[in-house]
Amino acid sequence: MRVAYWPGCVSRGFTPELHGSMALVAPLLDIELVQLDRACCTGAGVIAEHNQELADTLNARTFALAQNVDGAELMMNICSTCQGAQSECQERLDASAEYRAHVNETLAAEGLSYEKGLDNKNFLWLLVEEIGLDELRARVKRPLTDLKVGPFYGCYIVRPVDRLGIDAVERPRDTYLAQVIETLGGTVIEYAGSHKCCGFPIITMNKEASLKQAGRHLGDAVDADADCLVTPCPLCHLNLDLQQPLAERTVGRELNMPVLHLPQLVGLALGLEPKELGMQRHVVKPSSVIDWTTSVVAGVGT
Amino acid sequence: MAEAHKPPQDFTLRLRRYDPESGDAPFWEEHTIQLGPHRSVLEGILQAKARFDGSIGIRCSCRAAICGSCGVRINGQPGLACHTHLDKALAASRDGVIEVEPMGNMPVIKDLIVDMDAVHWKKIQRVTPWLINKEPIPEREYIVPRESMIDVTQSMACIQCGACVSDCLSMEVDPLFVGPAALAKAYRFVGDPRDAQQFERLKDLAEDPHGIFDCTHCFKCIEACPKGVAPMSQIMRLRRRATGDHHIVDRNNGERHEAAFVGLVKDHGLLWEAELLPRSYGGNNFFGKFAPPSALELIDSLPVITKALLRRKVTPMGALKPHKLPKDDLKQVKRIYDTVEGRDERIELNLYISGYDEDVEEAPA
Repeated sequence: MRVAYWPGCVSRGFTPELHGSMALVAPLLDIELVQLDRACCTGAGVIAEHNQELADTLNARTFALAQNVDGAELMMNICSTCQGAQSECQERLDASAEYRAHVNETLAAEGLSYEKGLDNKNFLWLLVEEIGLDELRARVKRPLTDLKVGPFYGCYIVRPVDRLGIDAVERPRDTYLAQVIETLGGTVIEYAGSHKCCGFPIITMNKEASLKQAGRHLGDAVDADADCLVTPCPLCHLNLDLQQPLAERTVGRELNMPVLHLPQLVGLALGLEPKELGMQRHVVKPSSVIDWTTSVVAGVGT
Repeated sequence: MAEAHKPPQDFTLRLRRYDPESGDAPFWEEHTIQLGPHRSVLEGILQAKARFDGSIGIRCSCRAAICGSCGVRINGQPGLACHTHLDKALAASRDGVIEVEPMGNMPVIKDLIVDMDAVHWKKIQRVTPWLINKEPIPEREYIVPRESMIDVTQSMACIQCGACVSDCLSMEVDPLFVGPAALAKAYRFVGDPRDAQQFERLKDLAEDPHGIFDCTHCFKCIEACPKGVAPMSQIMRLRRRATGDHHIVDRNNGERHEAAFVGLVKDHGLLWEAELLPRSYGGNNFFGKFAPPSALELIDSLPVITKALLRRKVTPMGALKPHKLPKDDLKQVKRIYDTVEGRDERIELNLYISGYDEDVEEAPA
């Protein structure tokens, strides 16, 4: 399938391994990525906090660019925060024809216009809803046997449920990570922090509280005996992986919990090598922490 | 309406019991009750109390979702026991048993009753929850334009049940955080045209290390609120007023972080993380990273920075050079900024007030 692909900023900045692994995984799943090179930052909620109309207009521009991609079935992102920030803007744009017309008026100078009803999905949603778990299972080359994985969703992709189209029966999107881990052959670890906040949004405002959140959830995962966490959000990855040494200092315990990006976990199971997936770039090296001899078939060196 | 009169059926409740005076640890207790599927979880608890164990502690009054007394966690989600149907609760349960426990972030007095005074009401008092009159006080009522009050109606819908406080993830790690309910209440007065001290209120809450910039934007309170108050959205309005209208530069980097973020996206189209952090501490300009606060932050973060560089997660060039949009697109982004920020008034669409097109179309004439 062909998708208009929005990689986000952080996946090309501080977590380049995310964008890189997505590019490797996509062909293995027959996803053709048409990158939205002209689109700008979603604002991550901060631009909306500054000026709602500004965030709505910038994202409407991105949506319009996505709608102009020939043959694209939908728009896809690889960042929970992008998903949440864009969904918030889209909710307002779709709710009112009058407001949409007002925003489109600003875009008209570039010949762009957003039409109501864009389908914008995070890679996680696309995996389950478009590709399907059966199809994914059929493509697994190296099942993640005995790998104990804790899901970490990121707030923006699980709340608020109405805006994100989550329904406990019809579309339980807040359980998809667990379903994907199972499909890839891994063991799902349940722990208290899976749907909580990584703390990243307040890292510059209240560093201690921010790192306490990261440290607490990582600690819960350690106590639940997880080998690693997996997240569809690069901002969560920053607080959980990059900042982990500081989180350890803040909560006063050793954590040593590797955190994988979702495309990395999928890529491993589809037969890609950890190094190709950029796993040696993490602050907490998954290659040195996980006992790969029992966890995953085939040796995984650094 | 036929659904409302379905015959009674069995529901099993798993209640969290705790009596601090007994000296025993908290424990779970199950009771099976018989009620129609559209009766409330509260009615279920009261039936268990009447039939099986009179010592079950639950606080309730109106049973109609307006007094805010029966806030509890049902299957891990905070809400009103009287406002949750038994069949819905059953559908959301993990194992066919409806789990009811006391709200979080507050001490338990007994069973499902938490100490609202110790946490919730203390925080409400913290924000001066009354109108501070503009002088001179008119002899009769204040006359304000009708439109000027619409904005605060959402925060006025709060019934003080504490559901948002229960699951606030910032409060979980920082008990001093003023919190969602109290900050929504603060906006009720900051947004009120009759209030005389909007600047002082905002300055106070922006400078407080546990104030408006301590909210981690997790949407928990929006999800928890049974009345659609969306406390987090009110906190964002407080921030917007503090930074945008009153230009309050706070000690918590709130204003600087926002200014740096918005400015970097305007200049580059994409976020430049390596520049965002120092500017959030040192000030929103090229020299921000050389200011003493960002140097201190740099030293504090050295273990992380070194590791990131060693692992080639971040290359020095990658950190020093921003990724940018193509020239023409950057021009478009800048033009959007200039157009929108050049307006005389900020335009905000609040769906709580405006509603959705479909709802208006589908509403009976």
